[in-house]
Amino acid sequence: MTALRRRTDPDRVVSPVRSTPAAAAWARHAGAVVLPPVVFGVAFIALWQLFVRAADVKPYVLAAPSDIWSAFTEHHGRIIDATIDTGKNALVGLIIGAVIGVLLAALAARFSWFNGMATPLVSALAAVPIVCLAPLFNHMYSLLSSTPRRDVVAIAAFVPIFINTVRGLSQLAPVHRELMESYAASGTAVLIRIRIPNALPHFFTGLRVAASVAVITAVVAEYFGGVKKGLGSRITDNIGSTDYPQAWASILGAVVLGLIFFVVTLTVERLVLGRRAAALA
Amino acid sequence: MSAAAVAETTPAASPAVEVLGADKVFHTRRGEVVALRGIELTVERGEFVSLIGPSGCGKSTLLRLIADLLPASSGTVRVNGKPARQARRDQDYGFAFQQAGLLDWRTVRANVELPLQLHGVGRARRRARAEELLELVGLSDFADHRPQQLSGGMQQRVAIARALAESPTLLLMDEPFGALDEMTRERMQTELVRITGETGAAVVFVTHSIPEAVFLSQRVVVMSPRPGRITQLIDVPLGDRTEATREAPEFYAAITSVREALRGTHGPTAVNDPTAAL
Repeated sequence: MTALRRRTDPDRVVSPVRSTPAAAAWARHAGAVVLPPVVFGVAFIALWQLFVRAADVKPYVLAAPSDIWSAFTEHHGRIIDATIDTGKNALVGLIIGAVIGVLLAALAARFSWFNGMATPLVSALAAVPIVCLAPLFNHMYSLLSSTPRRDVVAIAAFVPIFINTVRGLSQLAPVHRELMESYAASGTAVLIRIRIPNALPHFFTGLRVAASVAVITAVVAEYFGGVKKGLGSRITDNIGSTDYPQAWASILGAVVLGLIFFVVTLTVERLVLGRRAAALA
Repeated sequence: MSAAAVAETTPAASPAVEVLGADKVFHTRRGEVVALRGIELTVERGEFVSLIGPSGCGKSTLLRLIADLLPASSGTVRVNGKPARQARRDQDYGFAFQQAGLLDWRTVRANVELPLQLHGVGRARRRARAEELLELVGLSDFADHRPQQLSGGMQQRVAIARALAESPTLLLMDEPFGALDEMTRERMQTELVRITGETGAAVVFVTHSIPEAVFLSQRVVVMSPRPGRITQLIDVPLGDRTEATREAPEFYAAITSVREALRGTHGPTAVNDPTAAL
């Protein structure tokens, strides 16, 4: 910085070092938000490295961060491809699950007989360890198909979206119910004008849960045979060939994928609900 | 209701509200609760009538019978000479609740437009009507605000504007100022007198407040609980309401007579119901 200052023309008082109060406030805020997790993360990895090296831990017990990183840089092309495959499985499944979840939730909110029929079934579905369906689904399609994995993801993602959306759609304040009755409004009008806008924040809560469930389910579904694509499939292969650092490097891909899904759903939520949130502020 | 009964009163001449021998019985797990018994009430067109009485006297229930939000167990309820259900379908009345009940994802303007939108009024006409109504309640500058950005009194004014959207001949109000502070409340009462004067709508107004009932109404309906019934109708001949009305001796005299009527309603209950004395 001093070098930069020395090089600057003395006539130009504007220095890149001097910042506006707003920028300073932003920097303080970023420092307060970003700094603690970064410091903690770096310290954690350093301790991990130190522990593995000092105690001479075998790679099949715990791989050193440096080995994981070199495995990642060495195989990054294949790991990124696998991450994209898993991402596609998770995304397609999530979209299918969300569409079906919202449609069925709308039916459940509109027709109480449907709600009475569907909700116990969905509760039962939520109790099924859904990834266990993966090996069964693999036999329904061709060996080279990713569809069984996407189906499993769709089922897993459907549950939180359906449950949250139904909850949002069924919450109708007595004053709004009476208001709409005083307008002689139809059930469908109540659904469109009151229930759906009411349910949006609940839907997004469900979507956020479903997004992380979708990534986890996609990876786990890839463990159970089927086409040799995706992070789950790579991790089983790596372990089979005792390449533990590379298995860990694949897990790193899964972590990044999970974060991407989280950030994207959060951004969509902010964009859609942003105006309402801004009005509250 | 028979066809003949409808035919004998032509809509133009019929009163805003006619309640004839109406009962309301709620069937609960503990048995039957008689909320209203033998209600007879007529509200003329353009008349301002308040319903007052202790909790549980059925004043809100009576308002909901008129609005056809609850069916009467027996008797008839007519609005503008039509059965209450028909009047609700025809949007003969506007309803203002104790809670403003605004939709917080809509702007103030869009909240006022809600009933018009539901009844298929075109965008341009909706907008023009909302402008008119917001001007009437003095909120033109807040059309694009969200309800959460408004004070309680302003929210209630939006709710009143919304209730007036379909130009109803009858306004039903269930303690709309109940949650407001005293100063705001008096300002809202003055506003309401002006608004109903401009629209010419009849009003049935439920309240707990004696001064509020007296200030607003041409007639105060005093009710009593267990079972809910009308015990007295008190005329309030105060003429045009202004801020000076609140300090007039006639105003205090009317308050006293309503208060005495309300005290009278507690007498028999205390005798019949030993818990009331506790």
